[in-house]
Amino acid sequence: MPKYKTGPLKCWNKAKELRQKYYEDYVSAPKSGALRIGGSAWAFSAVPEGLGDVRWLTGEPYGASCAFDRKFSLSCLEAAEKKGYARDLCAYMRNYWGSILIDQYAFGGGFPKPDFFWTSHICCSHAKWYQVAGELEGGTPCYAVDVSVGPYTQITPHGVAYVVGQLQDGIAWMEKLTKRRYDDARLIEAVITETEAMSLWAKICMLNRNVPAPLDEKTMYALYVFGVIMKHRPEVLALYRELHDEVKERVERGIAACANESKRLISDTQPPWGFLDVFRHMETYGAVSIGSLYTFGLAGMWDFPDGTMVPKATPRQLGQTPRTREEALEAIVRWTLCRPEYQHFYNPGLKTDLMMRIIRDWKVDGALLHYNRGCEGLSLGIAQNRMELAAAGVPVSVFEGNMGDEREFDHARTLERIDSFLETLGLRKVEV
Amino acid sequence: MVIDTREHWRWPEVHWVNKELDWRAGGAITAGVDVGSISSKTAVMVDGKLYAYAILRTGASSPDSAVRATKKALEGTGLEIEKIHLTIGTGYGRINVPFAQKTLTEIACHARGANFVWGPTVRTVLDMGGQDCKAIQCDERGKVTSFLMNDKCAAGTGRGVEAFADLVKVPIEKIGEESFSIKEEPKPISNTCVIFAKSEALGLLRKGWDRNVVIASYLSAMAHRVYTLLERVGIAKDFVISGGIAKNPGVVRRLTTLTGIEPLAPNPQYDPQIVGAIGGALFAHAMLQKQKGAK
Repeated sequence: MPKYKTGPLKCWNKAKELRQKYYEDYVSAPKSGALRIGGSAWAFSAVPEGLGDVRWLTGEPYGASCAFDRKFSLSCLEAAEKKGYARDLCAYMRNYWGSILIDQYAFGGGFPKPDFFWTSHICCSHAKWYQVAGELEGGTPCYAVDVSVGPYTQITPHGVAYVVGQLQDGIAWMEKLTKRRYDDARLIEAVITETEAMSLWAKICMLNRNVPAPLDEKTMYALYVFGVIMKHRPEVLALYRELHDEVKERVERGIAACANESKRLISDTQPPWGFLDVFRHMETYGAVSIGSLYTFGLAGMWDFPDGTMVPKATPRQLGQTPRTREEALEAIVRWTLCRPEYQHFYNPGLKTDLMMRIIRDWKVDGALLHYNRGCEGLSLGIAQNRMELAAAGVPVSVFEGNMGDEREFDHARTLERIDSFLETLGLRKVEV
Repeated sequence: MVIDTREHWRWPEVHWVNKELDWRAGGAITAGVDVGSISSKTAVMVDGKLYAYAILRTGASSPDSAVRATKKALEGTGLEIEKIHLTIGTGYGRINVPFAQKTLTEIACHARGANFVWGPTVRTVLDMGGQDCKAIQCDERGKVTSFLMNDKCAAGTGRGVEAFADLVKVPIEKIGEESFSIKEEPKPISNTCVIFAKSEALGLLRKGWDRNVVIASYLSAMAHRVYTLLERVGIAKDFVISGGIAKNPGVVRRLTTLTGIEPLAPNPQYDPQIVGAIGGALFAHAMLQKQKGAK
């Protein structure tokens, strides 16, 4: 007999429709006079909002969508390799480039080219991704922002000013390129919305401290993505408000994500998108992945008082609602540089520290880390994280794979490792 | 010119029966069937004592291999598969053991088996199998406390040695000793994967390197690969080695030099390749006792 009641999320279909609309809106943008913008999901997406109606295609979630369709992904990857790009480069990037090369959009039709790229340099791959994409498309203009100004513990006024200055220049660049007048009111609104939405996602993640967890990570993957692809949009804020209320209600009613939750795990970095069934496999042992620094810290923004993590206070909550372009840009820069998923680029130890906070406060029994060959950025230092977690007494296991290249993922052996790990945690397959 | 068409990778299959035990007099007959990528092993226990085992090469079909290995273990005993009270499948092909009532991972089974074979002082087990290597830490009851497996490529594994034996035309059971017939220990060759190692070794042979030096270089690379795995999980005494490569002194002695820790000598009563299957049979025995106690 199951330990807990369980049930599907009521807002699940709404989320699916919103995601589909996002990708379709990008295609139809020219019909409604909107601009198409490509670039990293880590970029300052609120800033181009000042140009009026803009539609986004963010590269990493698009690469993940390609990976989810393994047949389509293989066509993209092989096209990129045929063109001469090495197969150990970022798998999202190769899916994206391949999609351009075969001129097929993962959501149907030919690949829709953007009017320009607006991106940020968060890792080596990102520094070249859209330059090459632009070349493959025959010359799409690209503006990139350098964000390498130190970890959140060491953000200095001149570091913030450096990034704000690049955004100011970027606005001038976009105005010149698009011949559109930039509207500061739209920027301010987008910044306020983004900060509210990301803080709210963190609040939703906080509800997963509950035992049993109301959300499992496989489900969270389908929901956190809005805090990445369109975090500055009011429809995302509305969805997250609805989701928050529903998850809160699940906690109150004791509705679990996993009916037999016995052990709570965290994962790390992007999962192998074509093989998310590994999470359901764990649940057959009564093990549920309640999240990760990745799902909590890419779409959610946090403050870190006293060795814990709490949803980051928004500018509005702090009484610092921006009123001018300068204030809005400074607010969004200060906000973005605190993103938990940025920190390991500076020091893997910072990431271990944040993981330990999750392990403690979310009552986690073990960690399952993905040695992700598809992302040098987020896999950077992960072996060190493993050692540090193990040294702290956290049961930890690893599996090798690739978030976006199924050829580097051994499904059977991964399940084998997971089985072994769960057995060491004292779990056996739940008899149904 | 005579072309050597012998298959040097073919290791000898094993069958053993404990003549001092009579299964008919026993109360609990259990089996562990460890279907690995290159070998299938069955251990049969009577009242928790090892009664028979067999180690055969895994064929194209895991279920067939499981049945063949078990039938071989039971050969000449009068015991049949149907009379085994509880069987546990383990190893890579554990879900393909048609007559197994339960499955467990080989990590758990090797730890439990090592505890039985070498005793409760064992704290680190290195299982060097056909497809991968596992460094396992366990407690005094043979319960796994931590483990690490090698990454995807097969260097440092049995399949790699098989491929190499064919390349250098030396029977696999002699390759370890041959590797010491050299004047000076060479540097290890690349150990990223079997394909890299094999192509590098081929290049060295073409350059005119002595065959035994190339063998030494390859086995040294394997030892280095496994050494880093062990270092990551931590080697606590007593340390033992199970799996097929435990029988290869060329790897074991080099690994001992690297770690500075002498593994316990193989227990002459038990083939190191059968440790995982023994663990499976022991788990089956414990489950059977629990079931009986519950009734």
